[in-house]
Amino acid sequence: MSSTTLTPPLTPPPIETPWVLPSRGKVGMFSLIAAESAIFTIFVVAYVFYIGKSISGPTPREVLELPIFNTVCLLSSSLTIHFALGALKKGNRAVFTAFWALTIALGAIFLFGTAREWHHLIYDKGLTIQTNLFGTTYYSLVGLHAFHVTVGLFGLSLVLAFALLGWVKQEHYGRVDVLSLYWHFVDVVWIVVFFVVYVAGR
Amino acid sequence: MSSETMALSPHAVETQSLAERLHGWATTVDHKRIGVMYIGFALIFLVIGGIEAIIMRIQLALPNNDFVSPQVFNRMFTMHGTTMIFFVAMPIMFGFGNYTVPLLVGTRDMAFPRLNAFSFWLTAFGALLMYFSFVGGFGLYGAGSAPDVGWFAYAPLTSKVFSPGHSSDFWSLGLIVSGFGSIGTSVNMITTIVCSRCPGMTLNKMPLFAWMNIVMSGMVLFAISPLTAAQIMISLDRYLGAHFFDTQAGGSAVIWMHFFWIFGHPEVYILIIPSFGFISEIVPVFSRKPIFGYPIMVGATVAIGFISFSVWAHHMFTVGMNSWGNTFFAITTMAVGVPTGIKIFNWLGTIWGGKIQFKTPMLFSLAFLFQFLIAGLTGIMLSSTPFNWQLSGSYFVVAHFHYVIVGGILFAVFGGFYYWYPKITGKMLSERLGKLHFWLFVIGFHLTFDFMHIPGLLGMPRRIYTYEAGRGWEIWNQIVSVGALFQGVAVLIFVFNMIWSYWKGKDAGCDPWDAWTLEWTTTSPPPEYNFATIPTVHSSRPLWDLKHPEDPDWKYE
Amino acid sequence: MLARVAWAALPVFLIALVAVAAEPHDPALVPNIFKPDSTPADHIYGVALFVLTVTGAIFVAVFSLLVYAIVRYRAKPEDDSHEPAQVYGSNQIELAWTVIPVLIVVMLFLATARVIAQIQDAPPPPGTINVTAVGHQFWWEFRYPDLGIVTANELHVPVSEPAESTPTFLKLLSADTDHSFWVPRLAGKTDLIPNHPNSTWIDPHHTGLYLGQCAQYCGTQHGLMLLRVYVDSREDFKAWANAQAAPALVTSTDSNSEAGYGRKVFETTSCINCHAVKGTVADGRFGPDLTHLMSRKTLASGAADNTPEKLKQWIKDPDSIKPGSLMPAMRLTEKDLNALTAYLLTLR
Ligand code: HEA
Ligand code: HEA
Ligand code: HEC
Ligand code: CUA
Ligand SMILES: [Cu+2]
Repeated sequence: MSSTTLTPPLTPPPIETPWVLPSRGKVGMFSLIAAESAIFTIFVVAYVFYIGKSISGPTPREVLELPIFNTVCLLSSSLTIHFALGALKKGNRAVFTAFWALTIALGAIFLFGTAREWHHLIYDKGLTIQTNLFGTTYYSLVGLHAFHVTVGLFGLSLVLAFALLGWVKQEHYGRVDVLSLYWHFVDVVWIVVFFVVYVAGR
Repeated sequence: MSSETMALSPHAVETQSLAERLHGWATTVDHKRIGVMYIGFALIFLVIGGIEAIIMRIQLALPNNDFVSPQVFNRMFTMHGTTMIFFVAMPIMFGFGNYTVPLLVGTRDMAFPRLNAFSFWLTAFGALLMYFSFVGGFGLYGAGSAPDVGWFAYAPLTSKVFSPGHSSDFWSLGLIVSGFGSIGTSVNMITTIVCSRCPGMTLNKMPLFAWMNIVMSGMVLFAISPLTAAQIMISLDRYLGAHFFDTQAGGSAVIWMHFFWIFGHPEVYILIIPSFGFISEIVPVFSRKPIFGYPIMVGATVAIGFISFSVWAHHMFTVGMNSWGNTFFAITTMAVGVPTGIKIFNWLGTIWGGKIQFKTPMLFSLAFLFQFLIAGLTGIMLSSTPFNWQLSGSYFVVAHFHYVIVGGILFAVFGGFYYWYPKITGKMLSERLGKLHFWLFVIGFHLTFDFMHIPGLLGMPRRIYTYEAGRGWEIWNQIVSVGALFQGVAVLIFVFNMIWSYWKGKDAGCDPWDAWTLEWTTTSPPPEYNFATIPTVHSSRPLWDLKHPEDPDWKYE
Repeated sequence: MLARVAWAALPVFLIALVAVAAEPHDPALVPNIFKPDSTPADHIYGVALFVLTVTGAIFVAVFSLLVYAIVRYRAKPEDDSHEPAQVYGSNQIELAWTVIPVLIVVMLFLATARVIAQIQDAPPPPGTINVTAVGHQFWWEFRYPDLGIVTANELHVPVSEPAESTPTFLKLLSADTDHSFWVPRLAGKTDLIPNHPNSTWIDPHHTGLYLGQCAQYCGTQHGLMLLRVYVDSREDFKAWANAQAAPALVTSTDSNSEAGYGRKVFETTSCINCHAVKGTVADGRFGPDLTHLMSRKTLASGAADNTPEKLKQWIKDPDSIKPGSLMPAMRLTEKDLNALTAYLLTLR
């Protein structure tokens, strides 16, 4: 801090040009993801806290099987969406549409797998959300994730529809990219759920 | 520096019918109108919550009183607490944030205007849903009786067994819905501040109010979400027969406490941090000096934000944690005193050497400093675990948090009202009525909440609908109740002042306080697009630079 | 102006605080946390005084600085129109007011940590009385497993003199919602939580009555879930314990006395689903044990004095005494009601 001398009006230093700030879509999406992670954290904490505390069966070891195929599908959909975006960035709309559709297919397979697993648990093993603490925490955590997959698929399908109508162009890369962030987030959550429910919890 | 001054033509004369105008408000996506709606909404609920408080105070004024039944009393404190926190304090902060932040950072609207409107309506809908529980509906057994589980709704009181009917459902659904509204607004606020600042406004040149709002919004993301998650769990318990908090099935009542307070503690800082923002805007202007130690002010706020996520279990010292837990949460809680102290001292440093003008906004801000000091120190008493074993769950706690919330937040908000009302309406609030409001409220506040500490020290638990004579509590409760009436009258004067000044107040002009931040460059009220040309800034006090071109701030930053 | 009022508020606040210490009421019955009479409460009192002194000193210092600044730097009419010197901050000063609070916090923390350990990790000495306290909506059940006693709402413990200490350890359980055991003059509070056993201990130094009440919201009648602790001399406690361990005085059901008829009413009404009377068929556990009802000074955890009129009113319409209590009104005829009351009056 230098001492002040009375001087006539000074010219301010120039402002950094161009004045660029981060993209709104990305910042907004990252904020949303932050909030969502907090929601998932609470459900995961509840799951972990109640591991082994059920006072009646069945236990996870008795009824859960490793959903390897499902997991592979969901995780590879992160790759395909990445390829899709790469294609869009280059302006290759056909490749984009193909990979995008593949992503949706993989996500749908995952959802279908979850549905089959639940059907098996409910009708063959008699585990419902009311059965015990395991049932309560299992269905709510996996269900919360499946709900997010569903929402994601809905968004992806909308883009696919637009793409098939030929509306998605190179200049939309930014927006589609924001959506893909959400999809990656859903995948990362699955890795956590997978380890907590099927690996650590079993 | 050419773009900062601009003369804008006043609004096109409004020749709309009432219906058209209402429609205009209901469908608006303009951040200023949404801000005003948030504020109006909060004021209505302040009066409702205040009436609930008055009912409690009448009941407690005399021992063995039966002005209301225990059932009604329990509903009153539940709805009072819930309303005041979620439908008064939060929306009022969002309202001022919405109104001023885009103006302060020199942009035309929030980043996502439609999301902004949607979030407001979610919050409003959540509040209506909760208040609908007073009315109920056909076929809803137990509806027509508001929730009575307390604002932190400890399990298993919220389970179907202990809370049959639907009143608790209204509580959790209302909070889930309005919670999504809060998250939406916070996402918006963060994005606006990060992505829409005007050229030249680097992070270290941002007005402190914007800093406080971004910290607050960040905290909302990580605090409201756990509440939402926990409310979803309650709903699963109540509707699908899950067992999250079912102690009969091995569930834990304590985990609900953890979930609630992981939200609940940051929540109280979510409310106080924007209040710090108000004070940080008002105190410099009326001391005629820049804020003392801008960087450390920012740093302290961020530190408070972080630390506040590690202190939640100081609300649970009596639930039987082991001594390690009790010790850990004592030290983290006390640690918050350090950054908070820094803020108090920096405001002191701002006043020091200034030329203090005692305008109404400044009066409220100065009172804030004293009262927040006391409130923080009673917080420190509570954080000393063994002392807390005596104080917890007593009226001492009630006194502590009203001291922060009313003596801190509400005073800051009133200061903010007097400070920004001219910008929002184009009219000055009456200084005479303002001073009357101030002094009545100060008297009422101190009568109520100073003396409320004492029954707590004498062993009076909170949330009791009546008490026996002869325990030494009567006189204090009477004083407290009288004080509440003073506060009520003061709030009435305030409301009257706002209505009266809207029509009869002096014209404000662009910059009535000779202030330094961007909102004062545009007209009062600002046009829909805020600024005809987007301004550029070179320091955190752009108007100072403009008014003192020979000695601008940017020389020192 | 502000400063003057603020200065005026300070003494008021302090006087009020002092008034706590100089209580005009029957001091024994005011549950004043600053009149401790048991080791845990003493320890807390000690740390409380320390914390109060430190925070009081901070208060005086910061308060004075604020008042000084406000008075000294107010805008005066004779001032020129220049803005004051623009000062942006000072690293040294800011460092000072970061470091000093850190030191204060460390000090407060160390004092706190010591007392936590003193109270919480104290091992039970020999000669300890064990009590299991169970919180119910909205009354207290006290069981003395070693003495074979079950009673309600009024806890009896022996005095614990330094020479021969007989502290009481309480295991705290809940039958329904959360409650909190709080007798301010004896110890800080500890919650009773379902599925989460807790414990606390007291060692009252003097005989007499100590008042407390439930301090965690537990439902409609949380307000009248009062708690009385009678600290008896060693002999009195022994006598009390022996009397409580005995079964109820037997009133023959076939005698023509009113009490005998009352017993019949009692045993043929749903009372026995909820209440126990040792030595009879009544063994309900939902409500308080009535075996020695008449040894208690109050009814329904302090909602009313235990007088024959109140007792009768209670059975006739509990809501008129304690609205929202979980005991239903029994709709007995006047005759049965009188007889039932007469019977209960024999349960000494
Ligand atoms: C805006 C709201 C707000 C704020 C800012 C605070 C601030 C603080 N609160 Fe408060 N509190 C509440 C709102 C708030 N509180 C509410 C609503 C509840 C009850 C909820 C319920 O049960 O219903 C509660 C309850 C509560 C409890 C639990 C009581 C119980 O139920 O058992 C505790 C315990 O530690 C506590 C502590 C603190 C502390 C240490 C601070 C600190 O942040 C204070 C820091 C400030 C200072 C210390 C003063 C300035 C500092 C200096 C001058 C520097 C020098 C000082 C030192 C070195 C110590 N609070
Ligand atoms: C933003 C938060 C906020 C605010 C502003 C207030 C403001 C007030 N509160 Fe609040 N209070 C809480 C948050 C808040 N409270 C919370 C979280 C709880 C805990 C709940 C729980 O335990 O679950 C609580 C609990 C609580 C209790 C304890 C209940 C109990 O434990 O049994 C009491 C008792 O006195 C009380 C009183 C007051 C009073 C007198 C005011 C006054 O400051 C209110 C002043 C306002 C008005 C008076 C209204 C405006 C004017 C009119 C309506 C005109 C008409 C007026 C008259 C006829 C006089 N509050
Ligand atoms: C549905 C259960 C239930 C039934 C039936 C019932 N009570 Fe009770 N009773 C309670 C409960 C619960 C309490 C404790 C109420 C409280 O303090 O909130 C209680 C309290 C009492 C008390 C006061 C005890 C004390 O220690 O202060 C008496 C006396 C009493 N009941 C007598 C009776 C009689 C006589 C009958 C039958 C005519 C009866 N009760 C039937 C549940 C029941
Ligand atoms: Cu039991 Cu409150
Ligand atoms: Cu807290």
